[in-house]
Amino acid sequence: MIKYIIRRLIVLIPIIIGVTLVVFTILEMTPGDPAKMMLGDGATLEQFQAFNAKFGLDKPFVYRFFNYILQLFTRFDFGTSWLTSRPVLDTLKARVPITLIIAVSSIAFASIIGVSLGVISAVKQYSKLDYISRLTAMILAAVPVFWLGMMLAILFALKLGWLPSSGTGSWKHYILPMMTLGLPYSARILRSTRGYMLEAVRQDFVRTARSKGVPERVVIWKHAFLNACLPVINTIGVYMGGLLGGAVVTENVFGCNGLGSFIINSVKRKDIPAVTGGTVFLAIIFALILLSVDILYAFVDPRIKARYTAKGAK
Amino acid sequence: MSEKKKPILVVNNLKKYFRTKKGLLHAVDDVSFTIDEGRTLGVVGESGCGKSTLGKTILRLTEPTGGEVFLEGEDIVSMNEKQLRKTRLKMQMIFQDPYSSIDPRMSVAQIISDPLKVNRLCGSRKEIDDRVDRMMDVVGLAPRLRDSYPHELDGGRRQRIGIARALALDPKFIICDEPVSALDVSIQAQIINILMDLKEEKGLTYIFITHDLSVVKHISDEIAVMYLGQCVEKASSDELFSQPLHPYTKALLAAIPVPNLSKRHARPTVIRGEVGNPIDPAPGCRFAPRCDFATEKCVGRNPELREVANGHFVACLLHNGEM
Repeated sequence: MIKYIIRRLIVLIPIIIGVTLVVFTILEMTPGDPAKMMLGDGATLEQFQAFNAKFGLDKPFVYRFFNYILQLFTRFDFGTSWLTSRPVLDTLKARVPITLIIAVSSIAFASIIGVSLGVISAVKQYSKLDYISRLTAMILAAVPVFWLGMMLAILFALKLGWLPSSGTGSWKHYILPMMTLGLPYSARILRSTRGYMLEAVRQDFVRTARSKGVPERVVIWKHAFLNACLPVINTIGVYMGGLLGGAVVTENVFGCNGLGSFIINSVKRKDIPAVTGGTVFLAIIFALILLSVDILYAFVDPRIKARYTAKGAK
Repeated sequence: MSEKKKPILVVNNLKKYFRTKKGLLHAVDDVSFTIDEGRTLGVVGESGCGKSTLGKTILRLTEPTGGEVFLEGEDIVSMNEKQLRKTRLKMQMIFQDPYSSIDPRMSVAQIISDPLKVNRLCGSRKEIDDRVDRMMDVVGLAPRLRDSYPHELDGGRRQRIGIARALALDPKFIICDEPVSALDVSIQAQIINILMDLKEEKGLTYIFITHDLSVVKHISDEIAVMYLGQCVEKASSDELFSQPLHPYTKALLAAIPVPNLSKRHARPTVIRGEVGNPIDPAPGCRFAPRCDFATEKCVGRNPELREVANGHFVACLLHNGEM
């Protein structure tokens, strides 16, 4: 098992290099001279040359790219912001936790609601609860995030006054972003869980379990759900990636200074090292999430686990 | 039959209807029979005649629409869930498809021991392990397969797991729902031999559901023939094969291939027409539209299952003395 995790971590390296290459190339191709953007039209030639030399822009593309990779892997250095002249990593350190809290809490929120309602909907197919939860799910999945965010803010912050509508001061500040981001995903998770569960509860081995006297609750959760949950976990893992992106909008609506708003602002001001650093960092997080999904797979499915342990033992 | 035999299972007027969009589907319609302890009842019929539904309804894996089922005098139909779970210890089922009927997430040892664990029958780990070993030995699974997963094994071995699983609870009564139809012929024989040996050893009572007449002849003491949810004939195995009375049974038996070279040019008589619609059937003999002997009397009234000779029941007006 540990061997497997290590192997997967090693595979991360080419992924990071690849993502960096893509980001680097795209930014290289965007029009506009960085020095001119930063210093303005009034600067002298010496000033331009000094800027280019300071940030290594006088070197060729390939040199800069490999230099960046080298710094990234040896010193965990994401470059220095042109705007603030501070290491990008420092800003990331301040901003990433906010985004992660929002993303993780909303996916947890979405999974708990989506999976439990999905299972109940499947077990009690065509019941009132099934219809209501499916209808609500359809509406939630169709609604744009920013609109939902504003509506929730109006209801809970303005009308009821229970929760603050913007900022990141206390745990209360995270509840609205969590719900805004999580609700549409809970709807999607509900639908896919219900689908996979409907398939699972009709399997022959579920009937076998009943015939040997397993209580109904255990039949549903142990035999049906554990078999249905592999694709559900996969779905949730993929959504997690989309959710990191969706966090940008939510962060804007609720005025949280997370990673998303950082990248957007840097793009606007053409602060290339900041954009590169933010994007690469996001990619690493996403890759780590997918890795943990795969590891979770092994824990949920003993067949996969057996394959890895058997290799180690013999 | 001696007086010592006592009925282990009594089924009275069992009905199972399914509500469909087109109407009420009569999967099992008014089936009654009795099985004595240690005997095997074969249930034959073509696909879709309600054989499997009959098996599942007896065990209440699907809720019956009407009728009574008594296992050792206890009424299964009116039991609550708790009592039913307790009763399941005595009655088990071996399922048709060994590929889908076992949970793919469990290893062989887990599958066999799970019935013991959920019913809290064995205390210590050691006890459970011993029981699993014994069960695997009984059904002929090599001990090295203990920790294998079902997808690693072939159909025959999987069905052995299914049998071991059913036997782990030490039931008295087992319904075998086409246990060999998904297996190839050489393995069919092995599995049937295991089932027959177990019957001898443990005095089990079987209901053996199949569409394979040569299998059913081999294993059954008595045979019930089903057509469209109804039992049309029931007799001892020898009697049914030597003296079939119902036109449908006759046609079925005539369809068995005979290994006789002199008859190789003889065309088997084929039942004409197709199986009727089980949805909202009109009263009357359901085989009548395909029957060569049908008259207008056959339509409009269900023929009763009557005893025409000792232990030989048939539901046909031809043999009810009415025609």
